Amino acid sequence: MTIEDKLAQDAFKNDEASHITLDQSTCKDCRERFCIYSCPAHLYSLNEETGQMQVEFAGCLECGTCLIACIYGSVAWNYPRGGFGVHYRYG
Amino acid sequence: MEKIDVVIVGGGLAGLSCAYNLAGEELTVLVLERGDFSGSKNVTGGRIYLGPIRRFMPNLWEEAPFERHVTKEALTLMAENSSTTFQLSSQRMNQRPYPSYTILRSTFDRWFADKVMEKGVCVIPEKRVDGLIMDDGRVAGVVTGEEEIAAEVVVAADGVLSFLAEKAGLRKPFEPQHFAVGFKEVIQLSREKIEDRFGLRGDEGMAYLFIGSLTKGMMGGGFLYTNLESISLGMVIGIDAINKMEPREEVYRLLDEFKESPEIKKLIEGGSLSEYSAHMITEGGMDVMPKLYSNGILIVGDAAGFGLNMLITVRGMEYAIASGVMAAEAIKKAKIKGDFSARSLAYYEDLLRNSFLLKELDTFRHTLSILKNPRWFNHYPQAICDLYEKLMWIDENPKPKLSSTAYRDLRKNILNLQGIKDILSLRRI
Repeated sequence: MTIEDKLAQDAFKNDEASHITLDQSTCKDCRERFCIYSCPAHLYSLNEETGQMQVEFAGCLECGTCLIACIYGSVAWNYPRGGFGVHYRYG
Repeated sequence: MEKIDVVIVGGGLAGLSCAYNLAGEELTVLVLERGDFSGSKNVTGGRIYLGPIRRFMPNLWEEAPFERHVTKEALTLMAENSSTTFQLSSQRMNQRPYPSYTILRSTFDRWFADKVMEKGVCVIPEKRVDGLIMDDGRVAGVVTGEEEIAAEVVVAADGVLSFLAEKAGLRKPFEPQHFAVGFKEVIQLSREKIEDRFGLRGDEGMAYLFIGSLTKGMMGGGFLYTNLESISLGMVIGIDAINKMEPREEVYRLLDEFKESPEIKKLIEGGSLSEYSAHMITEGGMDVMPKLYSNGILIVGDAAGFGLNMLITVRGMEYAIASGVMAAEAIKKAKIKGDFSARSLAYYEDLLRNSFLLKELDTFRHTLSILKNPRWFNHYPQAICDLYEKLMWIDENPKPKLSSTAYRDLRKNILNLQGIKDILSLRRI
């Protein structure tokens, strides 16, 4: 089962705007890519064409791991607006 | 602007416990929850211990929608190609009142919010709080969207990432070594299968922990809890350990590898995934606790860093509930005095200091420094499994004395200088 299959089991109500934004100028100088390795939903990736970091906010489990793992402070992270985001039915 | 007495930010265990204990008093109280309903943003491993908290809301627990009461504990040391399991089956844990239960938060918190509403406190869903209203250096309410809600006191029950504690200037910046991420699958399995596979009867349940090769030397471990008709299976791994892992690997993959291990595979066979979740866990304890109160604000639960890794169990929910109750006590007293200043609200911290909560956080304040040692997670589980295997192994050669096998192995792997140092470090917890 892929991580995408797992996330497909979850209930999401996605907002239009992302609740996660990255500071590309910081990401540009980052070698470690802490976000890629730590995100339990595997939402971070490096765009091969543009060389920019990208994050797929729509599958976010709202744990905040990236916010804490990125010690360079590139991740600006807020909770999704009220009523949006993941809706745990078991938790 | 009309001013209410108390606005509680976050309808999880801490916020709801606070609200429950403020209900019926001469106070106007509002709970704001950012999810669709209480519980929709909450995750636990999970298991809750009622021993420390039963007395706070004695009428609440009997009808609470817990899953199973835990009567079996197990700990497996995972090594490459082998594992060793310690298991406790306890008749004492099978006697009422049951000491602990497995729990699913979406079910539990939603029910708890209903109880709070029945007592006359409004829990408003879909309300994210964006900021604090400040008035002359004191917190005077909250901002949610376009709306301002003025209040005598704000209770920050907004969870482990508490942006409110940060906005109030009460919390230190996050550091990876003070947090761990938990991620888990809820796997549906029939009652019969669960009872057969884990040797349980009726509503008996099992709490099962794993340390060793599954985290590849990283601080953390695995867990499995039996629910009524599902299994909660997951891992907890320190953020700092993930950041420093070599060779690099995406951490979410470890759960898949864990599921494929022979120890787990047979236990979840035929089950179907119904949810994948993740949540941050505070591991910093006493040393990174924020300031717990200020003028017009109190911090409760995960927001206050009230979580504790005691090696053999990770706890937070009891602390959330207890701190919510104590915050309510402090608020009631402040209301009588008509004084919601820091000096008056300091009573909250007095209550915490005299309770199990801060006493336990103090007792276990060194746990994290011990857990930083990767040998607990790679070397020792492997050494114990290897020794056990050697003792049990019979082949074509004449079997040497068990005592000399054990002695040689222990000297080599455990009772050497490093090993003795590590064992002595355990005295600190």
